[in-house]
Amino acid sequence: MAEQNQSTDKKMSRRRFIRNSSYVAGGLVGGGLIGGLIGSNLGNKNQDDAGTQGQQHENGAYQQAPLYFTNPEIFAVLVAATERIYPTDDTGPGANDLGAPFFIDHSLAGSWGNNTREYMQGPFYPGSNFQGYQSPLKRHEVFDTGLAALQRISNEKHDANFADLEGEQQDEILTSFQKDEVELKGVTSKTFFNILRQATIEGVYADPAYGGNTNMEGWKMKGFPGHQMSYYDKIESDEFMKIEPNSLHSYTK
Amino acid sequence: MAEKLPKTDVVIVGMGWAGSIIAAELGKEGLKVVGLERGKERGLKDYYVVHDELRYAIRYELMQDLSKETISFRNNMKERALPMRQLGSFLLGEGLGGAGVHWNGHSYRFLPYDFEIKSKTIEKYGDGKIKGLQLQDWGITYDELEPYFGMYEKVAGISGEDSHFGPERSIPYPTPPMKETPLTKKFKEAAKSLGMHPYHMPSANLSEPYENPYGAKLAGCQYCAFCERFGCEYGAKADPTVAVIPFVRETGNVDIRNYANVTEIIHEGGKATGVKFVDVLTKEEFIQPADMVVLTSYVMNNTRLLLQSKIGKPYDPNSGTGVIGKNYCYQILPGSTGFFEDEQFNTFMGAGALGATVDDYNGDNFDHSDLDFIHGGSISFNQSGARPIASNPVPTGTPNWGADFKAQSIKYYTRSLSVSAQGASMPTKNNYMDLDPTYKDAYGLPLLRLTYDFTDQDRNLYNYIGKIGDQIMLEMGANKVNERSNLESYDIVPYQTTHNTGGVIMGAEPETSAVNNYLQMWDAENVFVVGASAFAHNSGYNPTSTVGALSFRAAEGILKYSKEGGLLA
Ligand SMILES: Cc1cc2nc3c(=O)[nH]c(=O)nc-3n(C[C@H](O)[C@H](O)[C@H](O)COP(=O)(O)OP(=O)(O)OC[C@H]3O[C@@H](n4cnc5c(N)ncnc54)[C@H](O)[C@@H]3O)c2cc1C
Ligand code: SF4
Repeated sequence: MAEQNQSTDKKMSRRRFIRNSSYVAGGLVGGGLIGGLIGSNLGNKNQDDAGTQGQQHENGAYQQAPLYFTNPEIFAVLVAATERIYPTDDTGPGANDLGAPFFIDHSLAGSWGNNTREYMQGPFYPGSNFQGYQSPLKRHEVFDTGLAALQRISNEKHDANFADLEGEQQDEILTSFQKDEVELKGVTSKTFFNILRQATIEGVYADPAYGGNTNMEGWKMKGFPGHQMSYYDKIESDEFMKIEPNSLHSYTK
Repeated sequence: MAEKLPKTDVVIVGMGWAGSIIAAELGKEGLKVVGLERGKERGLKDYYVVHDELRYAIRYELMQDLSKETISFRNNMKERALPMRQLGSFLLGEGLGGAGVHWNGHSYRFLPYDFEIKSKTIEKYGDGKIKGLQLQDWGITYDELEPYFGMYEKVAGISGEDSHFGPERSIPYPTPPMKETPLTKKFKEAAKSLGMHPYHMPSANLSEPYENPYGAKLAGCQYCAFCERFGCEYGAKADPTVAVIPFVRETGNVDIRNYANVTEIIHEGGKATGVKFVDVLTKEEFIQPADMVVLTSYVMNNTRLLLQSKIGKPYDPNSGTGVIGKNYCYQILPGSTGFFEDEQFNTFMGAGALGATVDDYNGDNFDHSDLDFIHGGSISFNQSGARPIASNPVPTGTPNWGADFKAQSIKYYTRSLSVSAQGASMPTKNNYMDLDPTYKDAYGLPLLRLTYDFTDQDRNLYNYIGKIGDQIMLEMGANKVNERSNLESYDIVPYQTTHNTGGVIMGAEPETSAVNNYLQMWDAENVFVVGASAFAHNSGYNPTSTVGALSFRAAEGILKYSKEGGLLA
């Protein structure tokens, strides 16, 4: 967990923020929905932390709100899992700081999460290894199923929520999903893992307009200049070039 | 009840490269044409906010909406075919311009060997060499097709240079080759030092501004790196909506109707009388009567519409007889990814068809006497612009997630290069297309069913050509080249190539082919079926220049037929 704590030094990590908010919500007798939503305004002191505020403003904080997930504990599973797939390290921020969980959340709420441009008619059969996706579940249902299973297995094995496990424990569970060792209903654990992995990478590197790749930090780490109108004058050069990235926003600026 | 529309001379089904060229050529000569396209209208003005990897390259914004229609797939006849629920292995086009809007623009002519592959192979190596292959000559020679290649290249403005193994050309390339970059140079130097003959990849991204014979003004390429899978916002990529459609409209003789999904070819007494289509938006049905019907709806739907409408004899894999659905081919694509410890490259810059190629191991350019396969492939380095979601190269053995993956994929994003081959694909009895017995499209019609797997010919070619790619990569200075996985079963998921071919193949005899060398159906003389569906096998190159040439050839045939009637060949 060492790497997670590092990032909390300077600014509160989104992960802890979520845990705090759920803690507050859980502490309300009678429950109800008050404060149950991720990132809702709970008057939590830490939330006003200058670093977080500043960062959120630059990011276009308005985008970093849930449009699909409604249960903070489940969202916390997503946050933890994506962070293991693409962790914070010496090279720079991980999936969580890059907003990948919000990217995924938004994607699940839209066309991709509902498989609207894909063939979803039955009958459904499992298919061979070469016939591709054959589940009757839509992607948002795959995530509901998969994230709940990550939580369940974590509870069974370690008597703790997935988000509260040590990194290695989380990796072990994720690996068992990747290796298809976990039985899920309607979809294989391997398929869920593969979609989660791919979506995490998308969240890290897609245009910031989609809610991830905060401040184009994913691109900066990788040396990708984003949207550039032309390399006509550069492409013949022998020099390796570091170019300040541009996002889609620059089309409308 | 379907509403009957006024009769027209010609109805064209599908407005990609093939449909657009034929519409232009017929409209120019005064024939009245209706062009039906199931997807939406689009053009240069619609390619504005386009540098978005997720939307276009990963979520396939410009490609076929599979919720309406897909294909089903199985590896062999013993399996149950299941629908291709998501795009993957190939990316089907939809909308005005078809796949020509979001293609790369690699623009090679097929080899003279290709068109006479059966006779030339037997002549040189004997009958035994083609055992197990359902090989056929195309009923046309390279020399016969040569002028039509020229017509297509002038319309697309192809940028290129002569090459050592290149077949004879009656015209020079309309524009000079694309820029030489440090990376194309690196590939060429390596290939040369291995005794090969590299040249600049012929490109439909234009090296300089160009006006084509239709009066379309194309811009010079900006090397913007958002090309393959994107529309070009500059109009620098030859694309039917930029290079052909404006002229089609100018003729005043062509009525293009979008959102028109053709479901059936209506026919009587061995001739088509028109087509039936559904308005995709309103769901209304129409009948478009016509004297001639031209199918340019790509490999899949050219085949499907004929099977559905019961025109031509369906192919039967058990007996090897019949023709519609026969000789489906694909491509064999060994690649070599090299990792460089001391060099860093501007891999994020590029253009769809910026690259260099060798043909030393393509076609019959090398001796096959002691080899266990025929044909070969072009081997290229393509600097098309690496984008961060899709491009995460890591050395073999690196996990595909976690800290190590992150560090390595970031490190090698600008420190790795790939050489890739396009290997030819040979037809066999059991690789074919027919109608699916179970799955239906949004209009209640059976999906096309694809039965396809790689063969030993494919595996042998893959291993041989792959090793040559590795040699080039090492010679380019890579410290390490990734181990290539074996070619096992064909998998419908990972992107390979949108170079599907066959199903309505051309040839010299009605017993073994569906169309003659004017792309006219033997069994229905007023039906012309144009596209890579006519390829009797697939070559070691991208298909579109050959599709373009066949489109000009077909247009000539249609004009001739409109005057004389009868079978043209
Ligand atoms: C990502 C990508 C990169 C490529 N790169 C290259 C390359 O570098 N070089 C190369 O040579 N080739 C390349 N290709 C292949 C190239 O795009 C095709 O060969 C070419 O566009 C085919 O043209 P076409 O007119 O035959 O078919 P299409 O472009 O597929 O057009 C067929 C049209 O018919 C319409 N249609 C289908 N069914 C119906 C129906 N029932 N009713 C009405 N309309 C219908 C479709 O909507 C479509 O618009 C690439 C393809 C892709 C996807
Ligand atoms: S690389 Fe060139 S041809 Fe391709 S989209 Fe960019 S400018 Fe257009």
